[in-house]
Amino acid sequence: MRIRDVASVLDAEVLCRSDLLETEVKSACGSDMMSDVLAYVKDHAVLLTGLVNPQVVRTAEMMDMKCIVFVRGKNPSEQIITLAEEANIVILRSSYRMYTSCGRLYAAGLQNEGSDMV
Amino acid sequence: MNEVLKYVYEVDGNDFMSAGVASADVKKNLKLLGFPGDVIKRVSIAMYEGEINMVIHANGGTATVEVCDDCITMVLADTGPGIADVELAMSEGYSTAPDRIRALGFGAGMGLPNMKKYCDEFRIETELGVGTTVFMKVCNT
Repeated sequence: MRIRDVASVLDAEVLCRSDLLETEVKSACGSDMMSDVLAYVKDHAVLLTGLVNPQVVRTAEMMDMKCIVFVRGKNPSEQIITLAEEANIVILRSSYRMYTSCGRLYAAGLQNEGSDMV
Repeated sequence: MNEVLKYVYEVDGNDFMSAGVASADVKKNLKLLGFPGDVIKRVSIAMYEGEINMVIHANGGTATVEVCDDCITMVLADTGPGIADVELAMSEGYSTAPDRIRALGFGAGMGLPNMKKYCDEFRIETELGVGTTVFMKVCNT
């Protein structure tokens, strides 16, 4: 699935790095706890979160993620968007809640390969 | 690259929002130096967790990173309160972070064990009222 498809499935607005929408992604995770993302996430390319602060971008950057989806219509600041632009990370914003967002992506085929158990 | 490259960062303990600047710079430099992706990722995560810890618990500190062909070493030194029980602090889920930090997405008690997980060598030296120094090494094998 391309990031462009992720945006389409989530009826999401593209907030930065629209030049990277053709990037392929094969896995995703959803969390509002960055500690857990750093500890448990493996090679997931898309981070869905309702947490809005610059450390979300830093976390995604350290984890080599390609795309952040702010769910529940959360509105990131200019500082967050600038950080993501510099880190080559696409930011999307969806009005769907976390559960629905994850469900829509999973149903659309973004199903993590192999065992996704901790 | 025969010589050892050394990077020193002052981590500002008063600005949680800007934490991670040092880790991002280390990651960028390792990419430029051509290190493998998995090595860069391990260093980045361990360093970032350590940087966040210094901001949350110790009002900042100094991060010194040395890079050579074979390994990357990180020494994170602070003059914070120290760790009363290192064994307890190393257990998953234990945290003394305040609620305001949890609200920012951190403080789940996974930082120190995660740092250890991603490093080939990991050591903590700490003294109450004096400070804490964390030594980490990631090998490029």
